[in-house]
Order: sequence, then C-alpha cells, then structure tokens
Amino acid sequence: MSDMLSATFITVFIATVIAQAMPLMLAAVGETIGEQAGILNLGIEGVMLVGAYTAFVVTLTSGSFWIGMLGGIIGGVVANLAMLVLNVWLGLNQIVIGLAVTLIGEGITGVLYLQNYTKSPASLGTQPKLPIPGLVDIPVIGPALFQQSGIFWICILLTLGLAFALARTNWGLSTRSAGQKPSSLDAAGGSVMRTRSIAVVLSGGLAGLGGAYLALLTTATFSPFLTNGLGFIAIVITMLSRGRILVVMITSLVYGLAVAIGPALQVIGFTVPADIIKMLPFLIVIVMLIVFARSSVVPPALGTPYTRGAR
Amino acid sequence: MTAPDLQNVTGTNGAAQRFAQGFIRSVVPVLLALVVSGLVMLAIGASPLDFFAGVWKYGITGSNWQRSLSLMAPLLIVAVGLIVAFRGQLWNLGYNGQYLLGAVVASGLGPILFQVMPAFLATLVIFIVAVLAGAVWSLIPAILKARYGTNEIITSLVMSFIAVGVVNLLIKGVFKDLGTSTPQTAVIPDNDLLPYIPGTEIHIGFVIAIVLAVVAQFVFSRTSFGLRIDIFGASPKAARHVGLNSTWMVILLFALSSGLIAFAGAIDILGQFSYQRADWDPRYGDAVMPLVFLARFRPVAAIPFVAFYAVLATGGTLAAQQAGLNVDFLLVIVGLILLFMTITEYIGDRRRLGQSYLPAGLKRTVLQPFRRASERNSA
Repeated sequence: MSDMLSATFITVFIATVIAQAMPLMLAAVGETIGEQAGILNLGIEGVMLVGAYTAFVVTLTSGSFWIGMLGGIIGGVVANLAMLVLNVWLGLNQIVIGLAVTLIGEGITGVLYLQNYTKSPASLGTQPKLPIPGLVDIPVIGPALFQQSGIFWICILLTLGLAFALARTNWGLSTRSAGQKPSSLDAAGGSVMRTRSIAVVLSGGLAGLGGAYLALLTTATFSPFLTNGLGFIAIVITMLSRGRILVVMITSLVYGLAVAIGPALQVIGFTVPADIIKMLPFLIVIVMLIVFARSSVVPPALGTPYTRGAR
Repeated sequence: MTAPDLQNVTGTNGAAQRFAQGFIRSVVPVLLALVVSGLVMLAIGASPLDFFAGVWKYGITGSNWQRSLSLMAPLLIVAVGLIVAFRGQLWNLGYNGQYLLGAVVASGLGPILFQVMPAFLATLVIFIVAVLAGAVWSLIPAILKARYGTNEIITSLVMSFIAVGVVNLLIKGVFKDLGTSTPQTAVIPDNDLLPYIPGTEIHIGFVIAIVLAVVAQFVFSRTSFGLRIDIFGASPKAARHVGLNSTWMVILLFALSSGLIAFAGAIDILGQFSYQRADWDPRYGDAVMPLVFLARFRPVAAIPFVAFYAVLATGGTLAAQQAGLNVDFLLVIVGLILLFMTITEYIGDRRRLGQSYLPAGLKRTVLQPFRRASERNSA
C-alpha cells in the first residue's frame, strides 16, 4: 500500500491518464463536429491510423514532432476526403463508405509499416517538455499536469476554442443546424454543402491529429492496428456527450482512467490479465451506454444526405 | 419475389436483361477494385502480377481449390447471418466477436464433450451451444436498439471488442491446453472433426453452408416471415401498422444473425482448425460484408462472391508474401470493393441501368437527392 500513496506513483498515474485520454479526446471532438453537422463518420478508425502513420513517418524523416503532428493532420484530412466527396457531395451511403475508409486505412498502414519498418523497428524517443514555471512546482500534480510538451497545450487550446466556437459562434450555429434541420439552414441563406464540407475536413484533421498524438506522444512509435478500436470508442463518446465538447473532454478522461488503472494495479501488486486491461474501456463504454441509453441522442439529420426541396 | 424485387420489375424487359444488368453492377466494382489495388501495389513497390498469379496458383491449382471451398463454409454462413440482419435494416457489425464466441465454444467444449459422448451428439451439442452463445451476446445491442433506439452499429461493435477479450480469457484460462506453453485450446482428434465430402478434403460444413444459403433464400423470398423482414426493413413504422411487434423483430433478427455467425465459428473449428489460439481473429465478417451488399442481400447470389473471396483469401495469404506484401493488403482490396460498389451504384442509378443493391428503404434515403423533382414527387 505504501507504493499506492507515493507521490511519484500518483504523478505517473495522472500523466498516463492524460496521455491515454488525449488521442481519444481529439478524435471524439472531430467526430462531434462531424455528427453535429449530420455526418456519422464510421471511417474515423481508419482516419486515425492514417494520421498516426503519416505522423510517424514524417517525424522520423523530418526529426521534428511539430512537423509530424502537421503531417498527421494532413494525413487525416486526405483519408477523410472519400467521405467528403462520396457522401457529402454525392450523397452515397455513410455506413458503407465509413467502413471502407476504416478497412483501407487499417490495411494500407499495416502493409506500409511492415514493408518499411519491420527490419529496423524505429522508436521516436521523447518530445522535449515545456514546464509551466511556478505551477510545475506544485507537489504531485505539478509534474503530472504542467510538464507536458507544447503539443499538449496546443491541443487543449484547440479543443477549448472549438468548444466555444461550436456553442457560441455563427459557424457553430450553422454546423449544428446542418445536423438538426438542414432545410432551415438552407432557408436562412447558408449552404449545407459548404457547412458539411468544412465539418468533414475539420473532423478528418482532428481524427488525424488524434492518431498523431497517439503515435508520437502516447506510444512513441507506430504498430499496425495501433488504434485497436479507439475510433469506435470516439464515436460512442460522441453519442453520449450529445454534442457538448466539454463533456467529451470529461468522458475521455474517464476512458484514460480505465486504461491507466490496469498497469497501476500491476504496480501495486495485483496481477490483472492483459486481456481484461484491454477490455476494460469497452466494458465501461457499454455500461455507460446501458445506463445512459435514454440520453444518447444524435442529431435528427444524422446520416441523411441533404438536397434542397426533398421531403 | 421480395419487396425490393417487385419494385424493380416495372420498366425492365424480362428476367434475362435484369440478370445481365445486375451482373454488370456486381462484377464491375470487383474488377475496378482489383485494378486499383494493382495500381496501389505498383505504387508501394510490390508486383501485382506476382500477387494475382500467386492467388491463382495457391487458390485454385492442384488441390488448392479444395482449401478454397473449405474456407467458403464459414464465410458463407457469416454472409447469411449478416443478410438476416441487414435485410431488416439492422447493422450488426459485431460479427468478429460473435464469430470468435462460436469458435471458442467449439474449441473449448469440443475436447471435453468428444470424450464423454458420441461424436455426432457432441457436435450437435456444440452447434446448439454456439448458436445460443452468439444469440445471447446480441441481446444487449438488440434490447438497447429496441427500447431506446440506441445505434446498434456502435453497441454491437463494442460488444464485439468485449467478446474478443472474453474469448482470449477463456483460451488462456479454463480452456487452456495444459500440455503446451502457448496459450491455446486442446486439439480435437481428427476422427472427431466434421467428416469430409467423400473423395475430397472438403469438410461437410461446405454442404451445410450451401444448404443454409438456399434455405435462407427460400425463407426470404417465399415465406411470410421473409416478407415481414422486408416490411420491417423498409419501414418499422409501416411494420407496426401491419401488426408486427418491432421490439421482438429487432431481438429476433439480431439473435438469428449473431447465432448464425457464431455457428460459422463453431463449424470452422470443427471442420478446419481443430483448436484455437489466443488472439486469433480471422475477421471474416469484414471481408464478407461488402460481398453481401454486392449480392443485394440474397444468400444464393452471395455464393459466387464468397467463392471469389475464398480463392482470393486462400491464395492471397501466400501470394502476398511472395509479392512482398503483408496479408493486411486483403483489407485494402475489400475496402476498395466497398468504395467502388457505392460509386457504381451511384452511376448506375443515374443511368437507370437496372436494379439497385440496396433495399428500397435504404435506397430511398441514399439516392433521393439525385432523382429529378418530378420523380421525387411521384415516389
């Protein structure tokens, strides 16, 4: 029990929770923006993998985590282009396209990684930390929270900014109306196509960023099927959060807690089988889904392509 | 005639033409996907010629065609399972977990049951338990869907991830073969496995699968239950008006779908593998899903597509290595088939080539934007 209470243990624990929660949070924020605009993106798992892989490759070649993150975002946007063109513009089935994107993303990243990096597995090392002066000296919490890389802070600021924008700006209103009642948006002079296109690009970029965060900061490497269902958890979290990004942030932390608790138990002497640790987040998610079944609300126009004048 | 059929009869000149059009629409996406996957191979420095030659060599020539047909058994049963749910517009995507549950029932109970009872009886018990395990596993998504309308795609997927964990725990725990150090179940003796079709090395699971597909086709197109599924799929609201209990319909279709997929897992173990390793997940459902779309949710029409994929998968595993690729590349091909399927569907409907893959209800939602205003009002 003495280990349990030691300061370093708690510090490491909190840092792990955050490291696990961040990729999920970024992806879920992207999914939220997409779903609010009426697009259920089942391809997010594949988009995250593409983002993670591009970020990994770009970081290895450029040597800079920042350029790597940018590469991840671009990779995510490119992977999501299929959704943009086929669904938003041509109005084809979101479920089929989403699954296609997931399968292609899983397949191509797996093939490319094994082709290029199996012989010499590459690790990325760690990113220089950016301690916040003053705050970092707080015992226990300080080193866990305020000694993150700059990327962490950018991501947090980005999320908070998007939370504000989605709830309080004209852009947010248009986006939400594209999912709630696209015909009203159209009647009010907005463009459903443009609003949804922007939402899909943002959603792809954020999912790619989430994948990049996972590869560069959380695991510091890439491996095939790295996300292991994280994209689908992001969709669940999005559904449970009902479009509120602050709730997305909190639920992501719960997920981080679920992932971090396994290794932590092992440190203090309980041996938990790896399979249970892997299963735990999904168990929590399904329990949340059962408990909050009534409140997992999605926008009414989710999944339906919009056309002017259609009934 | 199923409901979607009836809709499309008007305006076409006879069954032959309809068949030809349907054929074109089903085969073109596959061909396009193969061509583009060849280009992808070139782009990443692998040889498409080596790959496709390898698929032919290891999938068909010699006695390899028998391995391909053996692989068809689980694939086809998974296809029928998916079709049951998809016809009712229920997107059961928890197939990977459901399949593994059925498989672990066979590989876990098999070594015990075959010792205490006659092989035939033990096989029967295993099949029943596997189907029940699959059906029970689908209850949570089904009930959440029926009671609260919770999106079944997500719930079934999450349940699938949990099932993968449970199966691994079982294999590493109670079902572990203590004789080996690797986590796997005990091997079922050869003479307890499903018998071969005389003169071949194809187990009778293949026959069971074909029979199942034909029976399912009959149920869908010739019985009132099949019509009910189609009505329910087209519009749950309309189904309520004609007196169908939609809660039970959701639960029943989910249980049937999931039970069949679990059955496929049990057959695969008893026919092919005879034991199961931890972390083994063939992900058949991912590959089969596009195929059932191409077959327009018709079990018999799914047979040729499943046969095609069985050859691709059987030959592709070795061929991929030979061409300097990874097996994951098959996922890319499957994903491309899905993409080209939607695109062909789109172009085809614009050109009014023939009938659609999608059932009437889904087609309306998906294609509505591209009808002319006059058609839209009449529809």
